[in-house]
Amino acid sequence: MGRPFRTSDIDWFLLGLALAIAIIGVVEIYSATLHSPLAGLYRKQIYWIILSSILALVASRLDYHMILEQTPWLYGVSILLLVGLLVAGHRIAGTRRWLQIGSMSFQVSEIVKLIIILVVAAYFADRRNKAVTWGDLVKLGIFAGVPAALVALEPDLGTALTFIPIVAAGILFAGIRWQDVAILCLAGILAAPIGYHFLRPYQRERLMTFIHPTQKTQTSSYQVTQTKIAIGSGGFWGKGLGKGTQGRLGFIPVARADSIFAALAEEQGFVGTLLVLLLYFALLLRLLEGAQTAPDRAGAFLLIGLAAVLFFQVVINTGMMIGIFPITGIPLPLMSQGGSSLLFTFFGLGLAMSVKARRYVN
Amino acid sequence: MEVRFPSDERPPAWKIAFLQYLIAASFLGLLIGYWRLQIGQHAVYQDLADKNRTRNLPVIAPRGKILDREGRVLVDNTPAFTVLLSRETPAALTPEHIAAIARAMQLDPEEVKHTLQRAANLPRFQPILLKQAATLEDISFVESHVLEYPELELIQTQQRLYSLHEMGAALLGYVGEVPEDMIAKLGSSYRPGDVMGKFGVEGEYNQILTGRDGSRRVVVNSRGQEVGDLDVVSPTNGNDLRLTIDLDLEKAAETSMGERPGAVVALDPRSGEVLAMVSHPSFDPNDFAKRIDPKEWDALMDDPMKPLMNKAIQAQLAPGSVFKIVMATAALETKTISPDFIVHCAGVATFYGRPYHDWVVWQNKPSHGTVNVHSAIRESCDIFFYTVGKMMGIDKIDYYAKALGLGAKTGIDLPGEAPGLIPSPDWVERVFKHKWYAGATISVAIGQGAVVVTPLQLAHTIGGIATGGVFARPHVAFQDQLRALGDEPPETAPQDVPLNEDTVSTVKSGMWAVVNEGGGTGAAARCPEVQISGKTGTAQVVSQELQQSAKTGEYKNTAWFVGYAPADKPEIVVAALVQRGEHSAVAVPIVRDVIKAYFDKKLGNKPAGNQLETQAKVLSQVQPASAAESHHSSGR
Repeated sequence: MGRPFRTSDIDWFLLGLALAIAIIGVVEIYSATLHSPLAGLYRKQIYWIILSSILALVASRLDYHMILEQTPWLYGVSILLLVGLLVAGHRIAGTRRWLQIGSMSFQVSEIVKLIIILVVAAYFADRRNKAVTWGDLVKLGIFAGVPAALVALEPDLGTALTFIPIVAAGILFAGIRWQDVAILCLAGILAAPIGYHFLRPYQRERLMTFIHPTQKTQTSSYQVTQTKIAIGSGGFWGKGLGKGTQGRLGFIPVARADSIFAALAEEQGFVGTLLVLLLYFALLLRLLEGAQTAPDRAGAFLLIGLAAVLFFQVVINTGMMIGIFPITGIPLPLMSQGGSSLLFTFFGLGLAMSVKARRYVN
Repeated sequence: MEVRFPSDERPPAWKIAFLQYLIAASFLGLLIGYWRLQIGQHAVYQDLADKNRTRNLPVIAPRGKILDREGRVLVDNTPAFTVLLSRETPAALTPEHIAAIARAMQLDPEEVKHTLQRAANLPRFQPILLKQAATLEDISFVESHVLEYPELELIQTQQRLYSLHEMGAALLGYVGEVPEDMIAKLGSSYRPGDVMGKFGVEGEYNQILTGRDGSRRVVVNSRGQEVGDLDVVSPTNGNDLRLTIDLDLEKAAETSMGERPGAVVALDPRSGEVLAMVSHPSFDPNDFAKRIDPKEWDALMDDPMKPLMNKAIQAQLAPGSVFKIVMATAALETKTISPDFIVHCAGVATFYGRPYHDWVVWQNKPSHGTVNVHSAIRESCDIFFYTVGKMMGIDKIDYYAKALGLGAKTGIDLPGEAPGLIPSPDWVERVFKHKWYAGATISVAIGQGAVVVTPLQLAHTIGGIATGGVFARPHVAFQDQLRALGDEPPETAPQDVPLNEDTVSTVKSGMWAVVNEGGGTGAAARCPEVQISGKTGTAQVVSQELQQSAKTGEYKNTAWFVGYAPADKPEIVVAALVQRGEHSAVAVPIVRDVIKAYFDKKLGNKPAGNQLETQAKVLSQVQPASAAESHHSSGR
């Protein structure tokens, strides 16, 4: 810790933005689960928000350098956890994503996501202005690729994909030659068919639906259709809280979690959509502002990684609701129901505050 | 890993700015996307959302009942449950899900999948009729699995109930699922799983019997359970249809026929009204009202006795000696012979260099001796009619057989009527590419050779001759009723075939003698209540040689009897066919029983009542003058 506590160390604006989004999320979870067997779920979410906020405050008191120094063994433990899950994890709805600790269960991939941010930040902390070499790319590819592959095997392709923007943002900010970017893009395009080969049938279907959205018989096309109906029927002012037929009557799949933004758009209309997107926008800009004033490269990379992954998730999640992206299991950070995502997002924001508190002031 | 944290260097500002712009641009793009959905296409999606939370359920209209001429119910409906499969949330209809439902409902998963595919072009809100006549197990399954299978829905429907079971089944027909090509037809109002009349009266008058289904639009909650009605369109019931059939005669015919294969048709020759129609062996149409087991279906289809055929109108068989009535009429009309024309029957005669036998030879009976047309009909003398046939020639036989209603459909209002066949030199040249063999005329003269008829045709023809040339189109539904229901039935007004009165009385006296004179082949039809006239027929289905070598009964002779009563003004004509009956004698009592039932009913007799009194009454009423006259002229 090493610093006396000062309230000015805490980025109240950032915390306020995050809490505002989370509370809107709770309201929508309440509405989406009203009169359903999951009706009490919003309370649990409130407890998680309180716990997460405390964690964020604690994290803001930590010296992020200290955390970054722990990266190697944190990374090692996370790999072991992922392997352990695949070997001995309980299946919940056909996937092995959850680590049971007492009565609580954590989504391990959410922890790993944060650790990848730390790995990238630590990797580039002392890089100076050297351009990223192919050796760096290979090393980072392995660092992020191994856990990504393990997460994808759970299977949780959505979360595995969130590792990409973290690494990409790190490489971009560390400095990479344009020709290397071009080669990477080309390699990515060429590798796509191979990647398709490894997709599970339902994942392929989602992808094909995205490419051919008019084939109405497919399940995932139905999902997109239903979320679009929810959003479009919301109109400008929305149908009002608890009156969204699409969300409440179960036409939107998991309206409380991944599809919460569609439920929000239905009940709160374009006004709600605009408000929440503005909140996210402000949050991301606040993180980038922190990156600019960070005392060192490590802090800057930490904030950039965090901003990149949040940006990626928000855009992909809200974009797939209106059919811009194929359906993947990517939750909307801070809003979607689920403790693990909340906890580690807030923890990340706490670290961001920690960076900000140590900002370089002229 | 050792991490050093030099503080002298930060990421360049332009990269941060780039990321800021990227974020701003992305959010702007998202907002545009949301704007277009929420503001631009709001009305479209609002409509879709409304359709989503409502569900359309059909209210199945009951089919009209089928009644007999006195209004007694022949085909009824009984309440049943139908399981519907909603397709409004196609996400739920994964192959595994479908397979699970099919297993629970004891349906073939492939068939269900196929049905779903067929319905792919129908509006989503229309559910599929998954299983009609749901069993108690099905109902309890649906009710206890609302959460797992919210797309299953139960509605109350009316299932066809054939309370007569196998009786009259071929006449009444059955209902079954609408075939694919009909559903696919443009403008078709049928849905997969819908029921339609397939055969018999059910098929012929499907339009009249079918009602118009109503619908209910209901609000459903998250689990697909109904919350309330939005609007209801009441169904229009199908029209009841009264038939010309008399249930009492139908029962009498069925009972008399017993288990034997064949057919019975009873007509009122004055109007063409069908009073009874039996086809054996039969089937139980109730099996079709539910979903028939494919094995049962195959068994019915493969049965050599063809239970799914209405033999009264579809069996085409040689008429045998019944055809002699047509021959006698034609010969007298063409003045080929006079009533006094005689032939000496020695049991065998040679025509065109070949010997032709009389049936007495095969029965080891004495020959008929000298016969005229009266006694030739009475004793069914083959030699007489061989001779007449040769004298008349095939062209005249052909002309009169057709004029008297054979070789063409009678036009009865039932599907699938067979036309029969009267061979002619033209026909032989067209089909077999050779000239008519003169010898073939000899076979035709006794109703063999290529001549085939249906039981209905025989009743129609004999009835027409017996009424002096009045040929009314046979029908099972009352014309005025059909017109009242907006149908345009074909004309049934009797068509007169001008027949010489003398011809008619001569032929009729012969038919009276068949039953009522000594030596008549139809003596078994004699009946104290009413004097029956008629003609027997025993027709070969294969050559004499093959028949005698066959071990099984499949080549046994066809037994015919066509009778009518009363003799002067016939009110009822009955044709009975017993396949593999061996001898016409087995068909005779069937006709007698049906005619007796008709007169018992008409005269208010109980079948087992005091007979002596009524016998006298009936005899005085119905004994025909012409028959009495002919009595004297017989016995030659």
